[in-house]
Amino acid sequence: MSNKQLISRIGQFVLVLLGISFLTFALTMLSPGDPVKQMLTGGEDVFVTAAQVEELRHELGLDKPFILQYFDWLYRTMHGDLGFSFMARLPVVDKLWECLPATVLLSLTSLAFMLVVAIPAGIVAAVKQNTWVDYLIRSFTFLGVSIPGFWLGLMLLWILGLHLGWLPIVGGRVALDTIILPALTLGIAMASKYTRQVRTVVLEELHQDYVMGARARGMSEGYILWKEVLPNAMLPLITLLGLSLGSLLGGAAVVEMVFSWPGLGRLAVEAINYRDFNLIQGVILWIACMYMIINLLVDASYHYFDPRLRMGEK
Amino acid sequence: MEKILIGLKTNRTFFIYSVLAFLLVVIAIFAPVIVSHDPLEAMMKDAFQEPSSQHLFGTDKLGRDCFSRVIYGARYSISGVLLLVAVVFSVGTALGVVSGYFGGKIDAIIMRISDLMISFPGTILAIAVAGIMGGSLINAVIALTAVSWTKYARLARSLVLKIKKRDFVDAAIVNGGTPIHILWQHITPNILPTVIITAATDIGSMMLELAGLSFLGFGSQPPTPEWGLMLNEGRQQLQTAPWLMVFPGLAIFITVVIFNLWGDSLRDVLDPRQDG
Repeated sequence: MSNKQLISRIGQFVLVLLGISFLTFALTMLSPGDPVKQMLTGGEDVFVTAAQVEELRHELGLDKPFILQYFDWLYRTMHGDLGFSFMARLPVVDKLWECLPATVLLSLTSLAFMLVVAIPAGIVAAVKQNTWVDYLIRSFTFLGVSIPGFWLGLMLLWILGLHLGWLPIVGGRVALDTIILPALTLGIAMASKYTRQVRTVVLEELHQDYVMGARARGMSEGYILWKEVLPNAMLPLITLLGLSLGSLLGGAAVVEMVFSWPGLGRLAVEAINYRDFNLIQGVILWIACMYMIINLLVDASYHYFDPRLRMGEK
Repeated sequence: MEKILIGLKTNRTFFIYSVLAFLLVVIAIFAPVIVSHDPLEAMMKDAFQEPSSQHLFGTDKLGRDCFSRVIYGARYSISGVLLLVAVVFSVGTALGVVSGYFGGKIDAIIMRISDLMISFPGTILAIAVAGIMGGSLINAVIALTAVSWTKYARLARSLVLKIKKRDFVDAAIVNGGTPIHILWQHITPNILPTVIITAATDIGSMMLELAGLSFLGFGSQPPTPEWGLMLNEGRQQLQTAPWLMVFPGLAIFITVVIFNLWGDSLRDVLDPRQDG
């Protein structure tokens, strides 16, 4: 990436983060409940006087105009202070760090599963287009994208956990035996999507003129596939891979809930149920950052994989 | 429309999937005739009965008939997803058309907002919006619209930009057509087919999103017999009453499969250029 591109990308990054931060902050305004009251009562049926509520509201600066509140919050956020989580009884930042490893571990495991399944399946389906192998793979991917992830998770839990007793059904901890089911659930859905994408990309390359040219020159199909088609197909696949990883890091909430996996998605859902606004804002901002950093890395990796860009720079 | 009718006659797969999709809607409409029990009526003495000839899909913790609830669920789940797709489609297309036709500042603002939404994982934002506003079907629809409209806006915008350059639009302008007239009479009818195909193929995935929100408790609320919500209630009895989890999930799965197949075949009928 040239310096100019890099600067414009980082500028964009900051703009989007500002937008997201404003959005997440504005979310609290949508809430039908009163967060101050919630803080005082802790969600329980305790009596508090109106004076107490007003006092805390003033103390927290929540009686100021919205836009001033936002700037206050932004100022603190930029200094790494996301406030205190009433649910976790910890600073939000600490809680986020605590939940990060579980989500990253789960994402990477499902991503590995996805790659191991989807790349060979997609390539085979493309090479053997319109044969029974292709139809079989496509049927599986079709079912895979149509199945609700939470239901698949529950069924796996029921069959593998309860009936066969192979895997533990009680989650809540990060271990080798508890990661298998959530990773499998996420992996199946991701692999189905990715297999289709791999197939489409490889098919597109196979129909290019240079493939016909290579065939005309008498090169073997294996050579064409490995040395010509796949390297060219790499680039779009890396973009899609980046997007998958991004959505895994941010969108695994449902599956994390099913398996009580102590990651960021479950944290977000619990924070919402608890109306812990500092924590909600923190999680969303955190996930947005990760998502964008991954996208930035994907863009940067083009450089490494695409010789045209590498040369053009000079 | 004509193309669809011709497709029904000539394309057998499209015909079969259309019949299946229609059947789902019929089940939803005629749910009261099909079911054997009141889906909301609690009979505590019948709680947690296994599937039998009396209760085809068993009963839940309140003794409600699961079969009746699943059938009734078709009403809530299918009407919910159709509402969602209609709203996303209308909002996104309208913004995209306006953005593409008028250009300038309006375009810049709409597209910058859409850039913002795209560079962000939508699911987590939808969860947050729906959750914070409080669980209800309408709030879930609003939340999912907020994160999904950009796809339609971008598509509609690019189509409008293409059509705007055509002669018949210039002719309409020269003839003194007002922007509203031109948008409504000349632009919109020309972009609709493509956008509708996209909407049709999206029904399945939208249904999964909506059911996911209900499953988390941020969609329809008890005692509504909505499939995602029923799964949420059923998962607590995974060990003692697995049928409460199996059947609503199967209903979602089958419905999504049918709508996905139908959407794909509709695309083949309306847009023969694309294949596979």
